[in-house]
Amino acid sequence: MESIYWPTFFFWLFSAVTCSFAVGVLLASNIVRMAFYLVLSLAASAGLFFLAGADFVGAMQLMIYVGGTLVLLIFGVMLTSQERFIEMKTPSGEWVIAFFVGASLLGLLLQAAQGVPAWQGMDRETAEAIKVEKTATPIGMGLLGVRVDKLDEPDETRQAGMSGYLLIFEIVSVHLLVVLVGAAYLARAKRKRSRDDSKASAAEAG
Amino acid sequence: MARFLLELTISDINICPWPWLAYTIAGLVHVALILNLVAVSALVFIWLERKISGRIQDRLGPTRVGGKFGWLQTLADGLKLLTKEDLAPGDADSFLFKIAPYVSFCAAIAAFIAIPFAGGAYPWVAQHLNTGVFFVLAVLGLEVFGVILAGYASASKWSLFGAMREAAQVVSYEVPLGMCVVVPVMIAGSMDMVVIGDRQAGLFTNWLIFHDPFTFITGCVFFTCAMASVNRAPFDLAEAESELVAGFHTEYSGLRWSFFFMAEYGSMFSVSILASILFFGGWHGPVPITSMIASSGEVGTWGWGLAQALGLANVLLKGTLGVCLMIWVRWTLPRLRIDQVMAVCLKYCTPIAAAMFLGATLWHYNVPNKNFFGLLSVPEAVYEISEGWDHASESEKESDNEADSVAVLVSPVDDVAFEDVGGRR
Repeated sequence: MESIYWPTFFFWLFSAVTCSFAVGVLLASNIVRMAFYLVLSLAASAGLFFLAGADFVGAMQLMIYVGGTLVLLIFGVMLTSQERFIEMKTPSGEWVIAFFVGASLLGLLLQAAQGVPAWQGMDRETAEAIKVEKTATPIGMGLLGVRVDKLDEPDETRQAGMSGYLLIFEIVSVHLLVVLVGAAYLARAKRKRSRDDSKASAAEAG
Repeated sequence: MARFLLELTISDINICPWPWLAYTIAGLVHVALILNLVAVSALVFIWLERKISGRIQDRLGPTRVGGKFGWLQTLADGLKLLTKEDLAPGDADSFLFKIAPYVSFCAAIAAFIAIPFAGGAYPWVAQHLNTGVFFVLAVLGLEVFGVILAGYASASKWSLFGAMREAAQVVSYEVPLGMCVVVPVMIAGSMDMVVIGDRQAGLFTNWLIFHDPFTFITGCVFFTCAMASVNRAPFDLAEAESELVAGFHTEYSGLRWSFFFMAEYGSMFSVSILASILFFGGWHGPVPITSMIASSGEVGTWGWGLAQALGLANVLLKGTLGVCLMIWVRWTLPRLRIDQVMAVCLKYCTPIAAAMFLGATLWHYNVPNKNFFGLLSVPEAVYEISEGWDHASESEKESDNEADSVAVLVSPVDDVAFEDVGGRR
């Protein structure tokens, strides 16, 4: 038992759950089951974030992706789905195309992952020596425009490029607000026509 | 607490050379405690609900099982449910139908992982997250997933209607709920529930609900939205028995049905505890007995344990009172229509929460370091305690210090506000 490095064990466990339910999404033909497997897969990847000590990102994953899939399930599937969408059969031609696209993307990603030296696996002593930092405060300060994690950067040019995410954050917020207002506009009850409008349309029709 | 057990194992007892064993034991202890808390509290609350509803309707409620007051009635009901046949409708998607109650139950239990039951240097919490509030909110929103699966998989229109109602309701009420939670988070300066609780140490005047008029209203809105998000009457449209037979659990029977109810009572309890930590002082009672014990010099492990146990009792008592309030509301108010539920959320709760958030922000900025509607100043002990009780890991402390120094360097506002923020840490 002493020789097992438990974080690695749990990493493989969560990865296996994530990947197997992702495959389940592919193989299932019922759309609600697909969504259910997708939720499980995303929740297991939230487990990976928690394992890495990124509590904030993990909770974000749960709230945004898992919660978002929930909303997708409700409004996208249950309200709009007709009988022919509930059971979906993928034609074999699409399987082949999807296989090639997916396999080439996977190959590219694997190549990239192997190519970065900092992403190579490390031995156990190095891994145990690393202290996991709590990242919520730096993320929050970064969103407010201050990168506390880059204070030690000696190069002034690089330091200047490391401003926070305030502008991006604001742009995204305004974007979301616009989407909300648009959704409310689209979803509101149809405006009642005034008498003049109906007369005009009647005249047109006549 | 895992860290505490680990340090105890390695340094004090010095007979257990396997840290992984300490972690395993700590994990198992927490799992057992949380499971038992949810299950036993459901047992008690169901009995309580029957007694209180009986009294409200001028009845006696259960009287016989277990001698006095019928206090074992729920256990008898549970035994009856165990012996019922486990049925599934012929047209049901049997895999999803069977797994749905467990999904609900898991989400209800998972919320308790991050909820602290006592604070201090070694808080009694299964997993101390520095974004605990956020985690709890995220997990509480997942309970509806089991309900939707149940509604879909039952292949019954009543179940589907109930599930759709619940989904719409929970998704809508997450918005004002989240906005209300931001207010205490802002005042305490942290999403760590232990820090938020310890910010309210001392007399009941330090509780955040009495911080200013805006937090008072925020607390009320929070409780309303919490009641709606756990699907309790007058918001229990998902199981409206006069319209939908029994809503999403129409087709369920036996033990699976009871899992839904354990999940419901578990999440009622967890939102009540959340309200008590965010607004009602958490483990700090109305009179600071625990702080007196903890701060009276060398108290040793037993004194510390006693203080923590009193804090635990406080949290459980406040949570139970919150559940009693929900029961009282359920048996007093009639059920709302679905459009009324939506109107309460979108036309009242959300704007009120937004306005209160703005008001609390301005109040907190203009009247810093004041408690109890700005009349009393925040006791120095709160700062000393929260600084002395090193709740954060070393790295987090360092980054906080960095944050403070940067804030002073680049701050466009005056220094007072930022000293204030630094002090709260």
